[in-house]
Amino acid sequence: MKEPGEGVAENGVASRSPLDTRHREAGGRMIEFAGWEMPVQYSGLMEEHRAVRTAAGLFDISHMGEVRVDGGGAESFLQYLTPNDVSKLVPGQAHYSALLSEEGTYIDDVLVYRLGETEFLLVVNAANRAGDFDHIRELAQDDVTVEDVSDDYALLALQGPRAPEILSRLTAAELSELKYYRFLDAQVHDRPALVSRTGYTGEDGFELYVAPETAPSLWDALMEAGAEAGLKPAGLGARDTLRLEAGMALYGHEIDRFTYPWEAGLGWTIKLKKGAFVGSEALARVKAEGIRRRLVGFEIHGRGIARQGHTIWVDDEEVGAVTSGTWSPTVEKALGMAYVPKALAAVGTELEFDVRGRRLQGAVVELPFYKRPK
Amino acid sequence: MYPADFLYSKDHEWLRVEGDEAVLGITHFAQEELGEVVYVELPEVGQSFDAGEEIGTIESVKAVAEVYAAVAGEIVAVNEALVEAPEKLNDDPHGDGWLVRVRPSGAVEQGELMSAEQYQEFAETG
Repeated sequence: MKEPGEGVAENGVASRSPLDTRHREAGGRMIEFAGWEMPVQYSGLMEEHRAVRTAAGLFDISHMGEVRVDGGGAESFLQYLTPNDVSKLVPGQAHYSALLSEEGTYIDDVLVYRLGETEFLLVVNAANRAGDFDHIRELAQDDVTVEDVSDDYALLALQGPRAPEILSRLTAAELSELKYYRFLDAQVHDRPALVSRTGYTGEDGFELYVAPETAPSLWDALMEAGAEAGLKPAGLGARDTLRLEAGMALYGHEIDRFTYPWEAGLGWTIKLKKGAFVGSEALARVKAEGIRRRLVGFEIHGRGIARQGHTIWVDDEEVGAVTSGTWSPTVEKALGMAYVPKALAAVGTELEFDVRGRRLQGAVVELPFYKRPK
Repeated sequence: MYPADFLYSKDHEWLRVEGDEAVLGITHFAQEELGEVVYVELPEVGQSFDAGEEIGTIESVKAVAEVYAAVAGEIVAVNEALVEAPEKLNDDPHGDGWLVRVRPSGAVEQGELMSAEQYQEFAETG
């Protein structure tokens, strides 16, 4: 019985979240992830997953990195740095974007928050934090300041259909007015918080950016406010199965230095008409030539699970590989995402998966696997 | 937690000797590490294995684990109930969640295997 490790801290010492004690007290099983010791699960992955789908879950995602970009040139700098159109953002609005290489492939995927006319916050993956920051600083001109403010924030995600009702018990902010991908500054449990209607689970919910010293009391207050509604602490394990059901990309799986946005179904974040940006020349060529492979959803017909790295075969020819695969607690099937040639990307296409030398049968199915009821 | 009349392996498996046969399963620690089990693949009755050879796999939502033969021998029974109810492995790893019954090819000696007390310490210290 052996299990793969999850990640190793660069200096050999894993960072601890300001909520570390809470996780241990709640029975969280801690693993090393992107240089952090974080809870992979508490009561059990499936129970946590289902709590988020039917009631609500509370995640600590303080390992995410935050980079602040300020100054008179901030908007034009971010227009150049990222492929989505930052000029369309009003203060209080965020969007999904990326840091791309000159080749038009992914350095990271990011959220861009417009805090004010000349103030922005980029939220980046923990594993890429240092590299992202170097990349951003290297390209920055004199009219912007770039600061890694990751240590100034703890980040909690409250996700699930009952999240609005739970959060409204701790704040006077007009949450019902807060639309998807909008945020506001509010007092939550009498402490300042940036409340953002975003998430990575396919459910309604919020992400709360707070000062690290505020995090433990906010955690307690949320758990108490949500107890009756069925709120459960949820770990990285459920976070992964939830985002996979929702068809959302994870860096290092669906997107990386070798992925073009259109291949991953993320072409909607690429605004070639807005003017030059890092990677735009290469992407204009890619768009003209067309892509060769596509990210698809798949399900396995019988027993067994195809996971990241397992190869895909059609008529004894290797045609692709799995980027993420799991047992889906909602669909109750083994499913996943994979890259296949465009000719094999149509829903219903039968595929074979090589799982440790054994062939599993499966087929392309529509993404996402799960859509929340409106 | 860990029955005193079992022997335990470094691969987090247990062995209960019954006459000239032995029952094999995974430990409480192992099932906890794996999380909710969704598929169990077991060998066929009549197959023979050397000690340390892979005899099956256990898949949870987030991981897959190989099961190794803790002793050399022939499979005389497999726990078919796990195919339809893999959760038994989580609920009762030392009882209903047993995996296979083996007829060892030689006498089962403690050798590399651990007592309950030794295993408890092994599992706790990783």
